[in-house]
Amino acid sequence: MLTRLLSNDLPRSRTLVMLLLVLLLGLAFAPFLFPGVKALNVAAKVLIFIVLVASFDLLLGYTGIVSFAHTMFFGIGAYGIAIATTRMGPTWEALAVGLGCALVLSFLLALVIGLFSLRVRAIFFAMITLAVASAFLTLASQLSEFTGGEDGLTFKVPEILSPSFELMDEAFLGVMLDGRLVTYYLLFVLAVVLLLTLLRIVNSPFGRVLQAIRENEFRAEAIGYRVVVYRTISSILSALFACVAGAMLALWLRYNGPDTSLSFEIMMDVLLIVVIGGMGTMYGAVVGATLFMVAQSYLQDLLRLGSEVTTGWPWLSALLSPQRWLLWLGVLFVLSVYYFPTGVVGRLRLRSARRTSVRVPS
Amino acid sequence: MNHLDFDWKPVALVPLLSLLVLPLIGSGSTWLTLTVAGLAMGLIIFVIASGLTLVFGLMDVLNFGHGLFIALGAFVATTVLGSMSDWTMSHELWRNLVAVFPAMLVAMAVAGAVGLAFERFIVRPVYGQHLKQILITMGGMIIGEELIKVVWGPQQIALPLPEAMRGSILIGDAAIEKYRIMAVIVGLVVFGALVWTLNKTKIGLLIRAGVQDREMVESLGYRIRRLFIGVFVMGSALAGLGGVMWGLYQQTVTPQMGAQVNVLIFIVIIIGGLGSTAGALIGALLVGLMANYTGYLAPKVALFSNIALMAAILLWRPQGVYPVANR
Amino acid sequence: MTQPLLTLTGVHTHIGAYHILHGVDLSVPKGQVTLLLGRNGAGKTTTLRTIMGLWRASQGALTFAGQDITRLSTPEIAERNIAYVPENMGIFADLTVRENMLLAARGAASEKQMDTQRLDWIFGLFPAVQKFWNHPAGKLSGGQKQMLAVARSIVEPRELLIVDEPSKGLAPSIINNMISAFAELKATGVTILLVEQNFNFAQKIGDTVAVMDNGVVVHSGSMQDLTRDAALQKSLLGLAL
Repeated sequence: MLTRLLSNDLPRSRTLVMLLLVLLLGLAFAPFLFPGVKALNVAAKVLIFIVLVASFDLLLGYTGIVSFAHTMFFGIGAYGIAIATTRMGPTWEALAVGLGCALVLSFLLALVIGLFSLRVRAIFFAMITLAVASAFLTLASQLSEFTGGEDGLTFKVPEILSPSFELMDEAFLGVMLDGRLVTYYLLFVLAVVLLLTLLRIVNSPFGRVLQAIRENEFRAEAIGYRVVVYRTISSILSALFACVAGAMLALWLRYNGPDTSLSFEIMMDVLLIVVIGGMGTMYGAVVGATLFMVAQSYLQDLLRLGSEVTTGWPWLSALLSPQRWLLWLGVLFVLSVYYFPTGVVGRLRLRSARRTSVRVPS
Repeated sequence: MNHLDFDWKPVALVPLLSLLVLPLIGSGSTWLTLTVAGLAMGLIIFVIASGLTLVFGLMDVLNFGHGLFIALGAFVATTVLGSMSDWTMSHELWRNLVAVFPAMLVAMAVAGAVGLAFERFIVRPVYGQHLKQILITMGGMIIGEELIKVVWGPQQIALPLPEAMRGSILIGDAAIEKYRIMAVIVGLVVFGALVWTLNKTKIGLLIRAGVQDREMVESLGYRIRRLFIGVFVMGSALAGLGGVMWGLYQQTVTPQMGAQVNVLIFIVIIIGGLGSTAGALIGALLVGLMANYTGYLAPKVALFSNIALMAAILLWRPQGVYPVANR
Repeated sequence: MTQPLLTLTGVHTHIGAYHILHGVDLSVPKGQVTLLLGRNGAGKTTTLRTIMGLWRASQGALTFAGQDITRLSTPEIAERNIAYVPENMGIFADLTVRENMLLAARGAASEKQMDTQRLDWIFGLFPAVQKFWNHPAGKLSGGQKQMLAVARSIVEPRELLIVDEPSKGLAPSIINNMISAFAELKATGVTILLVEQNFNFAQKIGDTVAVMDNGVVVHSGSMQDLTRDAALQKSLLGLAL
């Protein structure tokens, strides 16, 4: 039954299975295991990025398309919720309308971009998506009456989800059962469901065709698959999932601005996670997002320590400054693309495969 | 190219755009100011884009990190000009130029040197693998940007124009900034130098041939790898020069400026056709003009207007206005 | 007994996952015209490209003028005065005829430095080259392009010419032109390795013959012997000679 749930796409590595179990339990019980606001924030971000990166993996790892417009759909989802609740008040109808409109807009944009640009070469497509995403970012900052401009929108969420809501008066296992908790578990359920859905998609006949196209587009077209259609569908699906991830983000933060969801840095984070975690694996998104978010939050402290220790050598200290976090990430990214092209998950699976093949008598 | 066969249509787009906008703007003097501004911006963008398009045409390598050299050039200029303040504060133009030209040369040298390292360590290991190239060159740009922040600090730095280069000349009712005229001159000089090199020297011949058929050039006995390194370094140096000019145009420099200008550059070379210098010029002029016209007429849609322009051109000629023959 | 200028010993070439050459043994005698014959897909073009270093030999050795060239890069091989005229002619369509020729003249930095005597000789062999000197090479007809391609390969003295199907798609009159050009070239002492599908053409200029099938050389000998031996021709004719 577990196999069916995972759509026959098993982790294929003992280490990976253990890792995933640990992560699953860790995230499921995060509010109880890791008390404190910061830890819960990290956990929530992990959940959101799992969905965001897994949807990007569908596009990059399984279909072989590089698109820099992914964060644009992320932003559309987040703004959908933000604008709807700002205008219609913190009701479930507002959330539905906001998410609905965001999904429709994402669908249309993905369709247009897909049909127009997928007829051109991959390099063109990447550049075009970069241009479109930049334009969108500028637009979001400029349409201030609508989007709150540079400052963004702060809004309230339906009562059950808001922090002031309390399920019980006393704490349960040391944690207040408030709206934050409810929101967290909403995100958790969404993340699990969406990830399993993505697994189903990539392991379906549709998913197989995508991989065939990624491997050899010419041949796939020759066999009879209309490559443009498949790529467009993949592009649309990826956009829709990213849109939902954006809605998740907005619900958690109860705020959204251009930098929160549309910035170029987030796009780079997504690229980093998918490369480090492992492209074309889905599980890579889970492992990568966790590693990344944890590292981002806690390693900055480590860097700060390093910077203080080396104040005697100003240049070294400046290099280790916690604000130069992105520098080290960039180095890690470049090294990953060279030496680690299959990512953590790929490496684990390779080791596992080698171990099992050694045991088989020749 | 045989003059009788020259494809004039894309070139005509530039005056066409300018004329179409004239009734929308209304005032002739405003139109003139905007057009000169657009041409100046366009030529600066051309200086930056020319290297990138040749690198792609010659070696099928797309450097998503090209913006790094722009930012580098601009920041180097702040240091050089900052240390020559008695020359830049002077009201005599020749003294200002004595400060600006070394700034440009140093910027080009530094950008070229970094370009050499970039080619060796970031680009060379991923020849032929487009996906990895995109990822790695972006990574390289991030690393470079952060290093810029380490050296110069993360905030924006002012890059004021030297005294004698400020202000405008009046032509009738139109105020035309002196710096913009200078930028046009520098841009045209660069274009002229590129065209001369490409058409009148053997190296230029090699580049033009290599863009069409790399293998055949190698079969004729030329080490095209070395040529490529040279073109890459030159492209980076030109981006550095463009960075100086852009920085002076905006009068501030920020570490993110590379990423911001990157988008415009890509639009330009897509419009122009990957590998074509003439195409890059047309694309750059169109983008520069468009940015300035929409900046005046409808500022909110400025960037979108360039994307719409790109889309329109691609509908007309899907490979850009001057597609390079063989690929 | 002429010495082989170029020898291939047990050369295998893989292109990706495809194993094209399965141990080619070839000997190209100096100062002669060697014909490489065989049907489509036999591996003739692959052999030429392997010689030029455009594809790496996965096994075996290639020797030129006594030196091992197996691991050399394409420019290094070309520098040894080996000229290559590929099947698609490799003409730079956007460059003029003049520029195409100048490019091939490694020793000349500009047109003035080109050997005018030699150019006149080339113009004599291929009048079209002179006629369209300042025209874009892309405007030439198929036959004229072919002549330009060959002219380019001899713009400077070369030791070995490797030509892939020079008569393909050419009108018979032009083919005759080509034949006399090659004859004249051979007279200057150049070694020529020619891939041809047109047996008539091959017969008229070939001295030595090597026939390929399935990535190996199945027959080698003199052209005279092959021309006289109808039975041999027939058995190899299955190979569309």
